[in-house]
Amino acid sequence: MKCQEVSKELIGYLDRRANSAQRQQLEEHLLGCAVCRTHAEEFRNLWSVMEEMPTIEPSFGFDARVRQGVAAEPRRRWFAGFVPQPRLALSLAALFALSVWIAKLPQRNTVLTPTTAANESEQFQEIQDLGVLDNYEVLTKLDALSELTPAPVKDSEKAEQN
Amino acid sequence: MTRSDVQLMLDVKAGDDASFDFLLRKYRSPLVNFLYRMVRDRAMAEDLAQEVFLRVYRARKQYSPSAKFTTWMFRIATNLALNSVRDNRHRRLETSIDAPQSNEQEAAPRELPARERRIDEQLLEQDRCEFIRRAIGALPEKQRVAVLLHKYEEMDYAEIAKILECSESALKSLLFRAYETLRVELAPLVGQQVAVRVPQPTGEGRPL
Repeated sequence: MKCQEVSKELIGYLDRRANSAQRQQLEEHLLGCAVCRTHAEEFRNLWSVMEEMPTIEPSFGFDARVRQGVAAEPRRRWFAGFVPQPRLALSLAALFALSVWIAKLPQRNTVLTPTTAANESEQFQEIQDLGVLDNYEVLTKLDALSELTPAPVKDSEKAEQN
Repeated sequence: MTRSDVQLMLDVKAGDDASFDFLLRKYRSPLVNFLYRMVRDRAMAEDLAQEVFLRVYRARKQYSPSAKFTTWMFRIATNLALNSVRDNRHRRLETSIDAPQSNEQEAAPRELPARERRIDEQLLEQDRCEFIRRAIGALPEKQRVAVLLHKYEEMDYAEIAKILECSESALKSLLFRAYETLRVELAPLVGQQVAVRVPQPTGEGRPL
């Protein structure tokens, strides 16, 4: 153990709080180091000098003053359990205000409605009524449609036709 | 069967004021002495101790036995004492700066308050107790708290470290520095000539 390490453990050694391994190491060092030994002795003397400082007793009315202060403290009532805590009440009020505000916001129809036959015809009607498509009839009777190759007619169908 | 401090405090939390009274009787003396050594004024020490007990009582509903009762109580006491010391120092400074500087006052030497004069007289009379008190009072705040809790309250390192919110290793260094200062300051009382130590490189057999 070096002298610098002793400086950290010396107090614990002198007040008997060091463990046995530390004590043994320190004692070995103190046996061989006169400077640290003197230092330890001076600390012991210092502590005995410090013990000369007398202790005082609290004045006669000390306890009474503390009890008086305690008695002046607000007491907890039997119904206190039912009264909401201020923080809790504030949080609940804030939550309520927030939910009311959210409910009053203009709602957007973001929900996708399932496609049904009725919906389709409705949407089709809306498109048909749009002003942009004035010549809807022309669009539906395009010549290009007539140029499409007709589907091959089966033999059975031919026979029926004949 | 004796109840532990934690159990007593839990009883106080449950509404048993008699347990608080028991804690008051048990700790009033160590607390007043600790605060007296911190602030060096008896009346103020008692006022602060009273405030500590009231704060303990007020905090009874939030009390949880996560630490020793004494650690909790002395931490409150330490904070109050340090605030009080700082306030007083600040007030003294303000007084000295703001005091009107009339010619009359400049001419006459500033008269010391009776208490200070008494301390000076005691110092002149080599009053040992006052000499020790002043030496401890002159230590830096943290060192002073550490010494008082270690030497006079006989607390273990772990508890003092918690009160001062530092590691045990840091506390050991703090205590060593504090006792080293006191060893030099109180050398006339210890009755030994203390040589001024010059820091030396570490090594076996070298001075500290």
